[in-house]
Amino acid sequence: MNSGEFASAGADLELVGIQKRFPGFTAIEHLDLKIPAGSFFALLGPSGCGKTTTLRLVAGLEEPTNGRILIGGTDVTNQKSFQRPVNTVFQSYALFPHMTVLENVAFGLRRRRIDDPVAKAHEALRLVELDHLAARRPQQLSGGQQQRVALARAIVNRPALLLLDEPLGALDLKLRRQMQLELKTIQEEVGLTFLHVTHDQEEAMTMADTVAVMNKGRIEQMGAPEELYELPRTAFVANFLGQSNLFTGPVVGSTSEAISVDVAGQKVVVPAARAHRHIGEVTIGVRPEKLTLHVTEPVGDVARNLMGPGRVIDVSFSGVSTQYLVEIAGIGTLIVFAQNMAFGPVAHEGSEVWLSWNIEHGFGLEDDASAEPRFEADDTTRSIATQKRSSLLTELEGA
Amino acid sequence: MAFAAFSTSTTAPEPAPRRKSPIALLLLLPGILYLVLFFLAPLVSLLLTSFQAPSEFGDVGQYSYAFRWENYVDVITAYWPHIMRSFGYALIATVLALVFSYPLAYFIGVKARPWPLLQSLMLVLVIAPFFISFLLRTLAWKQLLSDESFVITSLKALSLLAPDAHFTGTAFAVIFGLTYNFIPFMTLPLYTTLERLDLRYLEAGSDLYARPFDVFRKITIPLSMPGIVAGTLLTFIPAAGDYINASRDFLGGPDTQMIGNVIEANFLVLQNYPAAAALSIILMSVILVIVSIYVKRSGTEELL
Amino acid sequence: MKFSLGKLLLPLYTVLALIFLMVPIVYTFVFSFNDSLKSNITWRGFTFDKWLNVCQVQNGAVCEAFGNSVLIGVVATVAATTLGTMIAIALVRYRFRFRSQTSLLLFLPMATPEVVLGAGLAAQFLSLGVPKDMVTIILAHTMFCISFVVVTVKARVASLDPALEEAGRDLYGSATQVFARITFPLLLPGILAAALLSFALSFDDFIITNFNSGAVTTFPKYIYVSAARGIPAEANVIASAVFILALVLVVTAQVSRAAKEKRLAKQG
Repeated sequence: MNSGEFASAGADLELVGIQKRFPGFTAIEHLDLKIPAGSFFALLGPSGCGKTTTLRLVAGLEEPTNGRILIGGTDVTNQKSFQRPVNTVFQSYALFPHMTVLENVAFGLRRRRIDDPVAKAHEALRLVELDHLAARRPQQLSGGQQQRVALARAIVNRPALLLLDEPLGALDLKLRRQMQLELKTIQEEVGLTFLHVTHDQEEAMTMADTVAVMNKGRIEQMGAPEELYELPRTAFVANFLGQSNLFTGPVVGSTSEAISVDVAGQKVVVPAARAHRHIGEVTIGVRPEKLTLHVTEPVGDVARNLMGPGRVIDVSFSGVSTQYLVEIAGIGTLIVFAQNMAFGPVAHEGSEVWLSWNIEHGFGLEDDASAEPRFEADDTTRSIATQKRSSLLTELEGA
Repeated sequence: MAFAAFSTSTTAPEPAPRRKSPIALLLLLPGILYLVLFFLAPLVSLLLTSFQAPSEFGDVGQYSYAFRWENYVDVITAYWPHIMRSFGYALIATVLALVFSYPLAYFIGVKARPWPLLQSLMLVLVIAPFFISFLLRTLAWKQLLSDESFVITSLKALSLLAPDAHFTGTAFAVIFGLTYNFIPFMTLPLYTTLERLDLRYLEAGSDLYARPFDVFRKITIPLSMPGIVAGTLLTFIPAAGDYINASRDFLGGPDTQMIGNVIEANFLVLQNYPAAAALSIILMSVILVIVSIYVKRSGTEELL
Repeated sequence: MKFSLGKLLLPLYTVLALIFLMVPIVYTFVFSFNDSLKSNITWRGFTFDKWLNVCQVQNGAVCEAFGNSVLIGVVATVAATTLGTMIAIALVRYRFRFRSQTSLLLFLPMATPEVVLGAGLAAQFLSLGVPKDMVTIILAHTMFCISFVVVTVKARVASLDPALEEAGRDLYGSATQVFARITFPLLLPGILAAALLSFALSFDDFIITNFNSGAVTTFPKYIYVSAARGIPAEANVIASAVFILALVLVVTAQVSRAAKEKRLAKQG
């Protein structure tokens, strides 16, 4: 980037055939990615999926083994990090401890010999509402304040692309929510392209326009948050982004409208447009909040899939909703989220129940049903916690 | 290592709450008493001795207590070149040792981090000179750099050195010896701070448009300041008081005598105790002034 | 990594710098095999004689000096380590008045040039009429070693979790039992490091010794006195032997620590 001038606006980022190998392992297999200018893009995945490596490649802190990186159409693959029009908000913030907050924010401006760095730094600090602490040292600030200084230090340079490396990871829940909103507001205000790396699916979904779910060095699925949630393409996405009930079985009937799958003797219908595979063994699924719990066998309805009878093996009340674990013979354990419309739970442990859902809410995965699921243990995701809990419960049941 | 004494303890863990107890006194008293008797009291004796006057009817080496402040005037008049030379040599040796040690400590402390065993083996090599007698390693240099030695004759053959030039016995040789002997004192504290240097600060600097040289100047150097302060003090103090390198039997000559040589000669040979004491007090005071100014300036006040 | 001063320059420099540091050591070692006469300056051929008959030259003067140095080193180390460890524990664990003055008193000996320490003690012994001998050397060495022991052990005490001692008291340990069974074993590595440092400082000290030794000859003093008329190769033998011993000790400690960490890392 030329010294003395700002980037006019956010630029788009393009990764072409990126591969990154470290001695002993491959962090990124093959990555093609295009992020349009001005968007808020989230790269979501469990730890070790290659998302932070991707970010460091874009920042110029690592060199790709293969492939090219383009920012605003210019190939920057061979540029060093200080030459790229990119700034990063580091996970650890990396605020220079030997400088004041103001000197930290003015650092990049001074390096690029931009006029009046002090005034611009104050302006950036006002944007994050910390101008009154300009003379302090970073160590004297709270975690949330440090995070905002790190943000100011990056955006004051008006980079074409702003990289955020789990910037909210060190904050507590309440502060994180607040910062999510602030980040989103600032992004809309300054109109930069944001690339946000996180393992927190809620954070990704609330903030980003586009989310790419990354696993084992590849992008599993990319799209708007609603699209990813409502129509996951792989078991990994279905489980990493929220929770899912997945079933496997052969396709027994297929029309242009829908396919029907035999799941342990029960027929389940999925709209053809929402299923990626239409023949052979397939995996289909439905989100837990889409399920309705019935305490008496409901009357057949062509618009709904019905499963049961099953037995409630666990009820946990969480205020807004109640989570039920329902065991159905031959199929396994299903999770149901029911809104607490009435007082107290509708069903109790041990009671016999049926489950139904609107056919339109089912989805069929692209994964080969016989292939091992690509989802690997990751303690940071909520779904794995639930899985662990249910497996523990079944163990207890067996004992 | 002891060198931590000179670096700040910003990264030290939160100290445990301290209790008040008579046990503390029992633990402290013997050691403190010892230092009062054998460190503080000697300094006082030194101060008293420095004002002594020769006994009226005494022999050489017989002095009685007085307040003869002229002793100071006498030694400064007689030895000011030695005093200036000591601090000059020590300063140059300290700068040379810093320039020599910084890249070495940077490589061991930063670049070699993925290989901890290699790191510790290189550190062993850095402190290895400590394991062989200080005097013998200085004599080894004397012989390696004598006029008949391979190094000097080759330099002369290559016309890099005048045919009648000497190395041993010159100021260069003394400064060389001081530098060599105190390099480990410089490298170790530098290593200690560089080893803890968070590389993410360097990445952040590079991300904020700082060229490698600017990253070094604006981030690496300031963050390694505690090590630089500790290393320069640990080199400067013993170098200023040293008299082995400058001794005629080692690397020095008649024109390279330092304050230490003069103190030794006055005390042990001439038995002019007041002069030796006055010189010691001058040396100590100058060093204390330099240390306190330096430590204040560089913001590393919490020393022990 | 884009912060290297050229990818090969720095490793190359490091290798050369380390070689430079080794030069006089190698020289001393090589000349311990020199078939020299009185002085050991020119190479006269290879021999093991000096190693085999170390104590025979000058009626065993070299060995006597070496023995004195070892004796002084051991006594001064035991004294300084005991006194210094006690101070270190008090500094970390207890509150007391005159804390900053105590710290200053401990710092000053390290910031005082040796020649001043030596001359000061000598002036004191002179004015008190104490004859200079082995005892005065030991007194002097203990003095300058204390501060280094305090600093080394203090770091170890500070990293010790006080809850461990509280747990010991909670489990019915008396004050002495807690110290003997919990505090002391945990501090031992720090204390040993401090003791080694003290011994090394004492063994190699010349300047302070020179002022306070009287007629007693230590190993460094022997070299200083002989420097003018030539140092026999036997001195190189002793210095090389001490060097090798120290090196083996330190390298073994480092390698076994690295192996232990590797094992722990594998288990963890």
